[in-house]
Amino acid sequence: MPEWEPVIGLEIHVELQTKTKMFCSCALSFGDPPNTHTCPVCLAHPGALPVVNKRAVEFATRIALALDCTVQPRNVFHRKNYFYPDLPKAYQISQFDEPLAVEGSFSYWVGDEQHTCRINRVHMEEDAAKLVHAGESGRIAGSEYSVVDFNRGGTPLVEIVTEPDIGSPAAAREFLNQLRATVMELGVSDCNMEEGRVRWDANISVRPAGSTELGVRTELKNMNSFRFLQQALESEIPRQVGVLEAGGRIEQETLHFDPETGTTSPLRSKEEAHDYRYFPEPDLVPLVMDPAWIEEVRAALPELPAARTQRFMLQYGLSRYDAFLLGESGPLARFYEQVVAVGVDPKAAANWTMGEYLAYTNEAGIDPGQGFVTAERLAALVKLVTGGAVSFSAAKDVFRFMLEEHAEPADLVEKHGLGQISDQTALAQLVADLVAASPEEVAAYRAGKEQLIGFFVGQVMKTTSGRANPKLVNELVRAALTA
Amino acid sequence: MSGLDPLRLTAVEAKRLLVEGETSATELTKTYLDQIAAHEGDVHAFIQLCGEEAARYAARIDQEATAVRGALAGLPTAIKDNMVTEGVVTTAGSRILQNYTPVYTATAVRKLFDQHIVMLGRTNLDEFAMGSSTENSAFQVTRNPWDLATVPGGSSGGTAAAVAAGEALWGLGSDTGGSIRQPASLCGIVGMKPTYGAVSRYGLIAFASSLDQIGPLTRSVADCALLLRHIAGYDECDSTSVRLPFEVEVPTADRLDGLRFGVPVEYLAEGVEPGVRARFEETLRLIEELGGRCQEMHLSHTEYALAAYYIIAPAEASANLARFDGVRYGYRAAGAEDLLEMYERTRGEGFGPEVKRRIMIGTYALSSGYYEAYYGQAQKVRRLVKEDFGAAFQDFDLIVSPTSPTVAFKVGSRTQDPLAMYQSDACTIPVNLAGLPAVSIPCGLSDGLPVGFQIIGRAFSENLVLRAAHAVEGAVGFDTAPTFRDSSAGVGSIGPGGLCAQDAREAVDA
Repeated sequence: MPEWEPVIGLEIHVELQTKTKMFCSCALSFGDPPNTHTCPVCLAHPGALPVVNKRAVEFATRIALALDCTVQPRNVFHRKNYFYPDLPKAYQISQFDEPLAVEGSFSYWVGDEQHTCRINRVHMEEDAAKLVHAGESGRIAGSEYSVVDFNRGGTPLVEIVTEPDIGSPAAAREFLNQLRATVMELGVSDCNMEEGRVRWDANISVRPAGSTELGVRTELKNMNSFRFLQQALESEIPRQVGVLEAGGRIEQETLHFDPETGTTSPLRSKEEAHDYRYFPEPDLVPLVMDPAWIEEVRAALPELPAARTQRFMLQYGLSRYDAFLLGESGPLARFYEQVVAVGVDPKAAANWTMGEYLAYTNEAGIDPGQGFVTAERLAALVKLVTGGAVSFSAAKDVFRFMLEEHAEPADLVEKHGLGQISDQTALAQLVADLVAASPEEVAAYRAGKEQLIGFFVGQVMKTTSGRANPKLVNELVRAALTA
Repeated sequence: MSGLDPLRLTAVEAKRLLVEGETSATELTKTYLDQIAAHEGDVHAFIQLCGEEAARYAARIDQEATAVRGALAGLPTAIKDNMVTEGVVTTAGSRILQNYTPVYTATAVRKLFDQHIVMLGRTNLDEFAMGSSTENSAFQVTRNPWDLATVPGGSSGGTAAAVAAGEALWGLGSDTGGSIRQPASLCGIVGMKPTYGAVSRYGLIAFASSLDQIGPLTRSVADCALLLRHIAGYDECDSTSVRLPFEVEVPTADRLDGLRFGVPVEYLAEGVEPGVRARFEETLRLIEELGGRCQEMHLSHTEYALAAYYIIAPAEASANLARFDGVRYGYRAAGAEDLLEMYERTRGEGFGPEVKRRIMIGTYALSSGYYEAYYGQAQKVRRLVKEDFGAAFQDFDLIVSPTSPTVAFKVGSRTQDPLAMYQSDACTIPVNLAGLPAVSIPCGLSDGLPVGFQIIGRAFSENLVLRAAHAVEGAVGFDTAPTFRDSSAGVGSIGPGGLCAQDAREAVDA
């Protein structure tokens, strides 16, 4: 039996968060009452015509450039024809053989390995409306009735299509995770997955390891969970291998992943027998992209997570893992750099930002940079630790008090008596008292049981409620015992 | 009686009479409403009349100071029923929109409303503007006032017949393959298709988006220019509309000195009736007398234009008409068990046979495996047709032809033969494929029926086309009016006579 390797390609849809829809001036909204953001254009009333949202083109161009694509000097909208109640014109305005941008690539990390995935194309289109089916099935077949909310209809979408360059379910997950971080950094979408603002289809096939030919693929449609994607792929690969090893053939079909059972099953093929009859949208003129404008958009791109991770490694001496964790999200990265900018040790700043601070923002459900713990305060706390004014464990208490009392760390140290005791005379006295009171342990230590040093240090820390400078105590104990 | 003759009064003259206080909007409107009362029972030009509203609005205009009146204030106008108008049922001649009340107004119509025109009513058309005789309307067959046994042409046959019959001072039509010029020709009036993009299509119920243009149907070339001036221009709601580099001028020229007229021999090939050819050739001689030079030339891909058109237009239509699905507005078949059945029955019952034919042709032409052979090939032909014109306009200022190969034909005579019907537009279709401006003006009668003369210009040369048309119009001196005779009277029925247009939509359900 040959070894099999999976080949995975992705199509990612990103809802752009422009002010208005792709082809009309209705506001984008989320959570507003149904059908309150509609007009003749997005309801496809007779005679209504689409007009391209320039901002959406700019946002899409940002994504294309961030993925190192070539933005085509001329690109064309097409009509993609099919009947469905969520598609009021019965065609989606999309792009077909002349998309916005082609031939890009995206580098991402899987563990410590850097992978590169080629990007086939980036194109613009409009989202469908939202259907709600009444009845148990939750699907249109078998529902008592269905209602349509056109608020979402016409939302600008960008579709990113990769080449089949992804070699494992884990890599697919990492690719998506890092791509999403990149798109978020561009300020074009918050990529909220629960609300479906980023969702994807995955194509998967298997082939004998080392082969360069592609096998027949199946498609997993409309997913918006990294975990389910990975699970779905992990269940689909052995299924395909099983079929092939039994001498069978893979059917090209669309699969549905059921998270309950962790297995995939084919959608009814009739639902998929579409001939979309693409043809150029005659209501829109081709977009002719001004090269100077493209360069303006390129120049205005922010630093992207991959570049920032590299920079954090070089500039702050962080490990790749730490650099990635801090560099991936713009708000966290900016907060971290504000902390460093106050003049604290970058590694200590990294530990505190990724540790206590990130836990706090996650728990509070706020973005880094918001809330009571400002970069200046966190930096002040880190300085207290690195300067030896408070111990690490006491500093954690200070952090907790910062959340409760919204005060400066130094004041909190004083108020709660959390300062580190580095007074040599006082500590030496404590150690001397302890040595005098513990003759048995002293004898044992001197007889060679050196691990008892921990007992003495621990006792001093206990007596001082953890505030004694542990390094100093260590030295004093050793000196006292060997005296 | 007012002494106003609705069969001869031009809009330019009516405007002058209004401005100078020699008539009122009320009197003017009443003149047309009276004519409607007298002849609409024979002509059936309107799907819906707005008589009361028109009279009321005219009275309001009369109360306004002259200074605040719009440039077209009080001029009674017919609007083809495929331009949506807020609050006024707009049907496109289709059962599927029989009770559809738009929520907005087409840009071209709004611009006329802004100038305070009086809308007399909504005129009949072939369903979704698909046809050349106005027989494909779901509601009624419009008759040609020159001979009630014949068709007015189409698809803007309602507006053309209304203007010819003196039931409207002027009106708007739309032209996808000749739908303004051919009915203008058959009804003995002036009709113009502007350059593609000159007039906003926003609110025009789409037939074929890359070909459709709104334009005027009028009694004179000057009226045509006046109406065009007020509907033309860029519209931010229509990406294909264009900021005109000029203002449309009302022409006064009566000479054609130095102008070179190309006469494409392909447009005079088979199928052109002898009477049409005779009037056409006489008009060429008039042009020469006015100082123009006429010369035969070639537009060599003409023979493929019709075929290309009947791929491209249905292909676009198949998508444009897909929105009529019964979900949001318009007709919905009752009692369907599921979504697919609702779609099928709504569209099966809502569309007429010609519309279905074209949806099927267009769907087929775009299908996977056929796209290149049909749609792709048709687009190549379109490019060649356009290049023919481009080359011709190196040597000629204007190109002229008969508008229609024949005069008005008998009602029912071509309905069973779609290909014969499609031939009606052989001389007009290439102009839409190339996106050029063209006007049709009357150039005489053949067997008592009007013959149309088509003048085609370069893109955005509307002023030149209109200047030439004005000069030719003066030389032709066409001053006859329709007689409302009925050549079939005593021979056979002409259909449901006496049916008042006000109720045309209801009659369908009866």
